[in-house]
Amino acid sequence: MRFVDMVVAAAAQTGVEVVPARAQMATTLGFHIILACLGIALPTIVLLAEFIGLRRQDEVALVLARRWSQAMGVLVAVGAVTGTVLSFEMGLLWPGLMRQYGAVLGLPFGIEGLFFFLEAIFVGIYLYGWRRLPGWAHFWSGMPIAASGIFGAMSVIAVNSWMNQPGGFTASGGRIVSVNTWQVFFNHAAIYEMPHMILAAYMVSGFAVAGVYAAGILRGRRDRYHYTGFALGFVPAAVLTPFQIFVGDTAARAIASDQPVKFASMEYVARTSRDVPEWVGGVYVNGHTYAGLRIPYMDSLLAGFGPGTRVIGWDSVPAADRPPVVWLIHLCFDVMVGLGFLLLLAGLWAAWAWWRHRRLPPQRLFWLLGAVSGLAAIVAMECGWVVTEVGRQPWVVYRLQTTAAAATTNGGVIASLSFVIVLYAVLGAATVLILRMLARRWRRADAGEADVPYGPPPEPQDRSLGRAGL
Amino acid sequence: VTAAAVGGILLASVTLYAVLGGADFGGGLWDLLAGGDRRGRAPRRLIDESITPVWEANHVWLVFDLVIFWTAFPHAFAAVMTAAALPLWLALAGIVLRGAGFAFRKEARRLSLQRGLGAIFAFSSLLTPFFMGTVIGAIATGQIPADASHASLAAWTSATSLLTGFLFTGACGYLAAVYLAGEAARGGDRQLQAYFTRRAQAAGIVAGALSLAALAELHGSDPALYGRLTGRALPLVITAGLCGLAVLALLTAGWRNGVWGIGVRVIAALGVAAVIWGWGVAQYPVLLPGTAVTLSNAGAPHTTLVAIVWLSVAAVVLVGPSFALLFSLQERRLLHADDVGTVLATAPAGQAQPPAGASGRPPPPAAPPGVRAAVLGLVALGALVRALVRRRRGR
Repeated sequence: MRFVDMVVAAAAQTGVEVVPARAQMATTLGFHIILACLGIALPTIVLLAEFIGLRRQDEVALVLARRWSQAMGVLVAVGAVTGTVLSFEMGLLWPGLMRQYGAVLGLPFGIEGLFFFLEAIFVGIYLYGWRRLPGWAHFWSGMPIAASGIFGAMSVIAVNSWMNQPGGFTASGGRIVSVNTWQVFFNHAAIYEMPHMILAAYMVSGFAVAGVYAAGILRGRRDRYHYTGFALGFVPAAVLTPFQIFVGDTAARAIASDQPVKFASMEYVARTSRDVPEWVGGVYVNGHTYAGLRIPYMDSLLAGFGPGTRVIGWDSVPAADRPPVVWLIHLCFDVMVGLGFLLLLAGLWAAWAWWRHRRLPPQRLFWLLGAVSGLAAIVAMECGWVVTEVGRQPWVVYRLQTTAAAATTNGGVIASLSFVIVLYAVLGAATVLILRMLARRWRRADAGEADVPYGPPPEPQDRSLGRAGL
Repeated sequence: VTAAAVGGILLASVTLYAVLGGADFGGGLWDLLAGGDRRGRAPRRLIDESITPVWEANHVWLVFDLVIFWTAFPHAFAAVMTAAALPLWLALAGIVLRGAGFAFRKEARRLSLQRGLGAIFAFSSLLTPFFMGTVIGAIATGQIPADASHASLAAWTSATSLLTGFLFTGACGYLAAVYLAGEAARGGDRQLQAYFTRRAQAAGIVAGALSLAALAELHGSDPALYGRLTGRALPLVITAGLCGLAVLALLTAGWRNGVWGIGVRVIAALGVAAVIWGWGVAQYPVLLPGTAVTLSNAGAPHTTLVAIVWLSVAAVVLVGPSFALLFSLQERRLLHADDVGTVLATAPAGQAQPPAGASGRPPPPAAPPGVRAAVLGLVALGALVRALVRRRRGR
């Protein structure tokens, strides 16, 4: 009972609606970000398949490109509507933020709007122009999608990084009096947040595609179609993984100086000191870290390349200005880093096998790793968002506005939160089901009539696709 | 001056959302009213084909509207989003369910599944225009306080607001029917063309009646707004009426393809645009009627407003031609909904997709000159990029 009282008291203190508002934002953003990743990077992978198909007259690559386009049609639609939810929520959940800083953070969003336009327009041309547009013209109609995906991502990340490192505006008497778009867009955190997220999007998309075909190969579908599908996703993602680890490492060091309290939460640095150890895993409760692996001096080494490096702890700010759940931030950070290295390992394994034997590793373990790589990349990316968002708390705009001050004063966020959770659960399940249905349909088409002598004949649609394919 | 320009930009993009995105919602209305599986087969197919390649691009106007609104007028934005939270949540639910239902239905093969998803798509298509309309009604009649801290039910449930909601739904249906009649005519389907012409006429009359009813209601409930609508904004109100009457007359005269067909659709869109601009002119320069919030004091500094003007210039330069390409390709029937997706199971068997050629891509049919130019443009762009890449490699 005492715990409940404490929660109620805390909620009353911080503004009643901020907790459900944060939960709702986390739910909708966490859902949308997966689709956003696919929206940013999947077109590039589809275009890669189409390019190889057209260049080498490769039927298999062309069929893959066509089928991925169809899946992309579903994913882009769900991504477009869940992205709109976030636009509304900026005002419906965070009117305080928009009232105060809308004129500043709105500008990168406006630039994003331009790229969203280009993306949506050329998605319409690319997805539905497969049959009637000539080959290379169709290919080039997809290039603006890939480009606007990257630039759009940069614009949205500009907003998030601005919230971490606000700047580029002057305020007077609580009102914004001038804004420098350039400085808002390329704020101090943008330099590492932008590449980190764009690389994450490419890794999520590439490994997700690879995972689908690795799962098929594990089930014995060892044909050129599956190996091509796997390679088209796996190779770009695996090539980008070491770059991502480098960017992430740089970002962590930058955060150590830009947002020391966030860094302290990521690494369990309670007190500002030298010779700081690194904790791998572990749960921090009341000054003790349980079940963690302690590596002496390691954190100081990572943060400043020397065991004596001074690392700022969260004791540098009053308790009210520290993030709420330190162990969540730390564990998410560890999971993200761990999964990143696991994916690096998978890539290195494949590279070694290719270098020595000119083939992908035949071991079952490799394909198991490939099959879970998509999921691993998604989990790592979500964990990264938890680190950056929860780690910024209690601020929505770092050191300028608290999340509680930004939240809506309307009651009933619990109601919209419950509705959103149910709706998104159904939406997510339906998206997966539809994609699986498409996959089943394609498999039936590939099997062709001859392979199902005792089963029902495939529908006419499937037959035509099958003949076109394999 | 900059604030007025940005106000104009916001109103222009709201107008574009209404005449482009609104018609996609109107398509949902006609999908809902198309009847049983058998009777509704042909119109549903046409609606599906017409909306598929363009609805996402049209939808982006809404996102663009929101962004300009909160960037240029953050105080007014926060007030609207707080006071009118409930209808906005409902409109948002409509957006999510409409988009997802539509995209999923396309891939569904079983009839029962198509029915269910189609119902979600069609019903939710009504939610968004209706609740958006009530929000606009609430703003226009001065129900949004400048420092709103709580959602208000009374703000958007006044007679004017509800009438505006119905008017928006009707106008969406009207636009959709006019556009769909044009699509049917270009496909050479006289029966469907007559089908949607009748519906366009009916929806036009309903929308006109609702506009007059809203005007009459304002005469009693908000004489100030009524006075401005019949004063300063009178030319636009008259334009809206004339456009509506012109479309009705032209539709009665019968449909012809080419410039005529495009002309009718443009006039219909102009009619709806005139209503929106009539509202804008009537309340200029006040942003939230009944408060002191105007275009120039709604919270954004001058530098932000200038940046938005530049942003919209960039939009015209980048997005304008892209939209032109998209619409011209669709107008020439080069974008096919049933290409990547599948033909709705309810589609007539004879109209099923022909088997694909060897590469999964049969030779394109002889394209009209405009398309050839567009395609040539794309190829030329591609060749240019490739040449540049080669030159760099050569170095």
